[in-house]
Amino acid sequence: MVRKIFATGLVLLMSAAMVFAAGRAEGPADDDTLRIGLLVKSLGNSFFEAARDGAMEAAAELGDVEVIYQGPSTPTAEGQIEIIDSLIAQGVHGIAISSNDENALVPAAQRAQRAGIEVISFDSAVAADGRSIHLAPSDDELIGRSQVQAIAEMIDYEGQIAILSASSTATNQNAWIEWMRTALEDPEYANMELVDVVYGDDLSDQSYREAVGLFNSYPNLRGIISPTTVGVAATARAIQDEGLVGQVELTGLGLPSEMSQYVQDGVSQNVALWNPIDLGYAAIYITYHLLRGNVEAEAGAVIPAGRIGDIRVGEGLVAVLGEPFVFDASNIAEFADIY
Amino acid sequence: MSVSQRLVKTFVRWEAVLVVLLVGVFILNTSLSPFFLRRVNLLNATYNFMERAIMALPMMLIIIVGEIDISVAGTIALSSTMMGLAMQAGASIPVMVMVALGTGLLAGMLNAVIVLRFRVPSIAVTIGTMSLYRGIAYVILGNQAITGYPRELAAVGQGVVGNTMFPVPLAIFIVLAVVFGVVLHRSRLGRCFYAIGNNATAARFSGLPVDRYKAALFSLNGLVAGFAAVLLTSRILSTRPNIATAWELEVVTLVVLGGVAITGGKGSIYGVLLSVFTIGYLRFGLSLINVPSQVIGIITGLLLVGAIILPGLFEKLSNRMIIDRQLIPEIDSEATATDA
Repeated sequence: MVRKIFATGLVLLMSAAMVFAAGRAEGPADDDTLRIGLLVKSLGNSFFEAARDGAMEAAAELGDVEVIYQGPSTPTAEGQIEIIDSLIAQGVHGIAISSNDENALVPAAQRAQRAGIEVISFDSAVAADGRSIHLAPSDDELIGRSQVQAIAEMIDYEGQIAILSASSTATNQNAWIEWMRTALEDPEYANMELVDVVYGDDLSDQSYREAVGLFNSYPNLRGIISPTTVGVAATARAIQDEGLVGQVELTGLGLPSEMSQYVQDGVSQNVALWNPIDLGYAAIYITYHLLRGNVEAEAGAVIPAGRIGDIRVGEGLVAVLGEPFVFDASNIAEFADIY
Repeated sequence: MSVSQRLVKTFVRWEAVLVVLLVGVFILNTSLSPFFLRRVNLLNATYNFMERAIMALPMMLIIIVGEIDISVAGTIALSSTMMGLAMQAGASIPVMVMVALGTGLLAGMLNAVIVLRFRVPSIAVTIGTMSLYRGIAYVILGNQAITGYPRELAAVGQGVVGNTMFPVPLAIFIVLAVVFGVVLHRSRLGRCFYAIGNNATAARFSGLPVDRYKAALFSLNGLVAGFAAVLLTSRILSTRPNIATAWELEVVTLVVLGGVAITGGKGSIYGVLLSVFTIGYLRFGLSLINVPSQVIGIITGLLLVGAIILPGLFEKLSNRMIIDRQLIPEIDSEATATDA
């Protein structure tokens, strides 16, 4: 008997809610401030907290933007879907996503698009049918060329250099190395010679041995490019251990937290990597201009992004933020706290 | 019992507390966000918690007979992986569904065999198989995802009933809840489950096939986890080894918050239903006002702790009030009676 009352009560409550709800108007309130959700892989990750800071900076500059920073507590697609649904339900105007699974988010992202929400991805892409623009941190050519430029400046455009890569089968590494070879054909690098490419398989000890092997094989070696976070840290340690600081220069793609001490000690003058602050900053600018109708999401579009300058939208609606961000002795300690 | 006695007992029943909680959640959320009380939002929000709600139904029975199964989320990962492999091998949707259900059933049966044959506590066994099942998914998939599921599969996990706005998973949950409710509260089998949970030894000496029932429940739990894997895979059309991470604890939370005693022998389908919608809409409402997900986790965690402590307190309170009114001379067996 008692249970019947509860069951009936529950049913009545739910149906009352539904009937009451039916009378309400749909659609977000007509206000001037754009509400943009910044949906990250998971909360409690300092990389994304830095992206949030960049997004807040952009919102402050634009004035009429409110940023909603959200992410699941575990980095799963279903956690992000739950948040996308709540962002749809509260009628946000735009969502910028760094996705945990490029395909799994597509149905939810399409629901958002059907509700009139502008969906873009940044950092980690959503598949093309679930977003308009994807903002990539960099691209193969920019990475390859900027790494060669960095080492050239360190060795005055003269001498032998080598590359210490991750694994010989890594697609991204090979693409970057190809662009480094292409860049080295430019006349300004005529006095530089790429003597070897070795592979440390992204293992710290193996990368270390490969670096020492390079010192032994090429006594006149002037510089090493290591476009992998594990490799560049191991090489820095090898240079320090062998007492070659100043003789063999080093650059690469490195985590500020791992490279901070080496850069401040002069083992490497600078390393580069994606800048999460700029990613969050640019993501908000792109979403904002799409929402305001200032630009169309199409290849060739140019989107102004505040202090970063213009961002060009390329094939597949992929926009590239730019060259990897350079960390040197002046700023690496600050970024070391972030990631 | 007199009418007033019944009223007192009713008032302090856990289900009554849950009704108050659910109403409270609705009032709170409606006042905090203008978007909460919209039919489309209330219905769409259920997509996100129906897999866990469905898994709570067999979990309720497992806990009532005094066991537990922590491996269900791992089973989902494994079932979804096998479903994906079947898809890649060119299987049709019905075959993929059968593979997922079969994988879940096998996983549940393995739990049953280890728990009952080797007499190991189910909490220890299923903590092990939790890592085992998800581990196999990780070995098969590594850091990769299986994608490319046929669009038609989405009709289950993302679909609506006919031309209405009513979500298919919610409809499935309601049908299953009625079935489980009837079995638990209206059948001889249900009474057997309570008897086993209250005293397995006594039940065994009364001639109940305790192990056979428990084995059936573990297998059923695996089967339903396999079904939840179908729903989840259909909803996100992708398989990763980390899908449904930490769901086992959320499912147990639903059951225990629903007033099912973690020690077994006690609980009702009504409590579980109320707790499913209370937690589901609490999470939805909090995310509507953009409360960070960790804080939502803390709040549901506190609710769970409360759910374990409070029913005991309420029972004492209930008895004391009855004694105070001198309606009965002392605590009788009614106070600890099962809901059979």
